[in-house]
Amino acid sequence: MEPNNYSETLNKDRAGFLLEVERVRKTFPGVVALDNVQLKVRPGTVHALMGENGAGKSTLMKIIAGVYIPDQGEVRLNGKTLHLHGPLGALEAGIAMIHQELNLMPYMTIAENIWIRREPLNAFGMVNHDRMNRMTETLFERLGIDMDPEMDVRRLTVAGRQMIEIAKAVSYESDVLIMDEPTSSLADREVEHLFRIINDLRAQGKGIIYITHKMDEVFEIADDISVFRDGQFIHSAAASDMTSDEIIKLMVGREVTQMFPKEEVPIGDVVLSVDSLSLDGVFENISFEVRAGEILGLAGLVGSGRTNVAETLFGVTPPSSGRIVIDGKEEVISSPHQAMLRGLALLTEDRKETGLFLGLSVIENMEMAVLRDGYTRATFVEQHRLDQECDSMTERLSVKTPSMDERIGNLSGGNQQKVLIGRWLMTKPRILILDEPTRGIDVGAKAEIHKLITELVRNGVAVIMISSELPEVLGMSDRIMVMHEGRVTGFLDRSEANQVNIMELASAPVQPPVAHD
Amino acid sequence: MATNTESTQHLEVPKKRKRKLPTEVSIFLVLIGIALLFEVLGWAIRGDSFLMNPRRLLIMILQVSIIGIIAIGVTQVIITGGIDLSSGSVLALTAMVTASFAQQSDYLRAVYPALTDLPWVLPLLAGLLVGALAGLVNGALIAFAMIPPFIATLGMMVSARGMARAYTDGQPVSMLTDQFTWIGSGANPVIIFLAVAVFFHIALKYTRYGKYTYAIGANPQAARVSGINVRRHLVLVYSIAGLLAGLAGVVAAARAGTGQAGMGMMYELDAIAAAVIGGTSLAGGVGRIAGTVIGAMILGVMLSGFTFLGVDAYYQDIIKGAIIVAAVVVDQYRQRKRNKTT
Ligand SMILES: Nc1ncnc2c1ncn2[C@@H]1O[C@H](COP(=O)(O)OP(=O)(O)OP(=O)(O)O)[C@@H](O)[C@H]1O
Ligand SMILES: [Mg+2]
Repeated sequence: MEPNNYSETLNKDRAGFLLEVERVRKTFPGVVALDNVQLKVRPGTVHALMGENGAGKSTLMKIIAGVYIPDQGEVRLNGKTLHLHGPLGALEAGIAMIHQELNLMPYMTIAENIWIRREPLNAFGMVNHDRMNRMTETLFERLGIDMDPEMDVRRLTVAGRQMIEIAKAVSYESDVLIMDEPTSSLADREVEHLFRIINDLRAQGKGIIYITHKMDEVFEIADDISVFRDGQFIHSAAASDMTSDEIIKLMVGREVTQMFPKEEVPIGDVVLSVDSLSLDGVFENISFEVRAGEILGLAGLVGSGRTNVAETLFGVTPPSSGRIVIDGKEEVISSPHQAMLRGLALLTEDRKETGLFLGLSVIENMEMAVLRDGYTRATFVEQHRLDQECDSMTERLSVKTPSMDERIGNLSGGNQQKVLIGRWLMTKPRILILDEPTRGIDVGAKAEIHKLITELVRNGVAVIMISSELPEVLGMSDRIMVMHEGRVTGFLDRSEANQVNIMELASAPVQPPVAHD
Repeated sequence: MATNTESTQHLEVPKKRKRKLPTEVSIFLVLIGIALLFEVLGWAIRGDSFLMNPRRLLIMILQVSIIGIIAIGVTQVIITGGIDLSSGSVLALTAMVTASFAQQSDYLRAVYPALTDLPWVLPLLAGLLVGALAGLVNGALIAFAMIPPFIATLGMMVSARGMARAYTDGQPVSMLTDQFTWIGSGANPVIIFLAVAVFFHIALKYTRYGKYTYAIGANPQAARVSGINVRRHLVLVYSIAGLLAGLAGVVAAARAGTGQAGMGMMYELDAIAAAVIGGTSLAGGVGRIAGTVIGAMILGVMLSGFTFLGVDAYYQDIIKGAIIVAAVVVDQYRQRKRNKTT
């Protein structure tokens, strides 16, 4: 399919566009993030914006939402040109945005977070908390969310926080709602929930711009699709006129296989075995084994305790009881430091909270975990050797950055994730735990990461992989452990596992838990 | 899949490690600017040169040295995202202790009459030990008892000053041996200051110690998950800050030829100011020793320049306060420019 400017279907009712972006250009030092791009959103539609990591999607959304000022070009809402000087102006004009990274205040309640700057006041000008909580309840009722408005946000899971961001954005009742990868931390059930909310908004005539790297979502929810590549507008068409392969080809500029095929590798001895591991009030009685060369997938709904189990294995939150046996030896792991001494590595779920050193450079972020394993001569860091290894990892993962000294905060979300994956791959672990490894990563790079994981298991590494994306779990795992509310509800072999029986185990607990092989 | 050459090439920026103009250069220009301003004002008001006076310059840089040694430790603490308010008091305590081991035998009221005329290393080591211990306590309180750095070091600030007074019931400790006072004689304090500065500048830049220090300041949780022993490292950084405050105490006592409980009053604030003027961010994760050295020099030039012009001490403080705030404003502006958001 040849990229044309934009398709006729979209051009026909040109006058009726809700939001029009034209000739927008935006540069950062050393980077042309957007070059002469356009985007046209019809009212009452969901417009998917697709593109590789670093294609400029988030940058354009931030321009529409008033976070960045474009170098040139214009944004029109209902035919009127906007001159935004900040996010506040955009909100007042009727544009709300859910950012790719979470922006909530952990020590404030859910209600306070949602209504910040719009708190209902009483006669004395003080915040009327009762009313604010009631407003939150009304909002939650409409959106079908079941949470206590007075709960502190820090006690929510990443997915819970994401739902709060969604509710907050909806509460502005804006005409245009931008969602930048809202589902990257949501499991299927929450995604369905979000789609119900989106359908509702669409029926009300709102325009929704939706960014995702998950193909199936696009075809389920989008009416129109626009594709960007390297800061340029490539193509726009009705979703019904496009196929997944076409979109990928437009995004990447050539053909790619969507997912790396699973390669059978010989499975060795048990490397890690976990026996009745518990963490009070979080998970209970978890027992499983992982062998060299094996990928154990961890499936379950959000809040099922998968991340907690991973963090406990890695010593972030030491267990309250149970045994961890590595290579036949019982180990007490009370800190990540000790876990790493025993050959473990953990890619954490929340990259902003526990992964990134936002103020530091790409190279500093990448080298930080491996520094402890040598790389020093007479106490001086062998920067040259590190530079080389980081460079080749950067290339391998196709991290898009102007230089290795760029502040990592300036990279696109997907590229930040790649740097973190690189950080852990460089430590050459024997047991690698990956919590949502491909969150926010585009199709091409995803295949590359799957290939890297396969290479690791071929070399005898044991991998535990948590993913909310069922196709990824099904595609990569040799065995799948399913959890529900802090308990193991079953193990499925690669041959028998499918979406249906995983979801069954994930939602309806089987008692007592099925013993593993 | 092959690496994404098409897309990366489009940017046309080499993946080389490019070096930006370091912030120290701009601070250094400010230093030169201030010095030249005093030169001009000197000719205009007093008909005399500010800079062409080696004696004044030596005195100035000697004053800078003691604050500078402290500031090198404080900078590292601030890079981890903490603060150290105790350094001035720790200086006083170490000055007392070190002096008490450096007294002459013909002095009748020596603190330890049996321990007089000791070789200079012993009082030096005693001073360093006391400083490091104070820092160790700070670090342990912060890392293990989870007390906020501001509070923990505030406590140390008050009690170390008290200990300095209690040590001899408030009496100065005098009549120190010649070999001990040699440490503070001539340009020695300057040499010690610069040696310490070079040492830690290199340590922060080229060693694991340095990288971990920045990492903890940038994101303590991510540092822990990256396998860094955050608690142990914090204890180390605060101990080093204490050790350097101790070293400053030794140099101060040797220079003054006496240990007095009132020494180093408010030095902690000058040290913090030097770090901040030098570009260290109180938010953590950012800062360099070279900047702090220049920051300390700026404070020194101002003190010396105002004295030279005969500006009243009260006004000196007012202007100093304004300059510290201005430095932070400039720093904020620079950060915002780096992020380039509205
Ligand atoms: N504040 C910034 N400073 C410097 N460069 C930036 C900044 N923000 C974005 N960029 C650069 O602009 C380009 C586009 O980034 P953007 O975040 O828009 O990508 P994206 O399409 O959202 O990618 P992803 O799918 O990974 O989220 C990237 O090369 C990125 O490094
Ligand atoms: Mg993005």
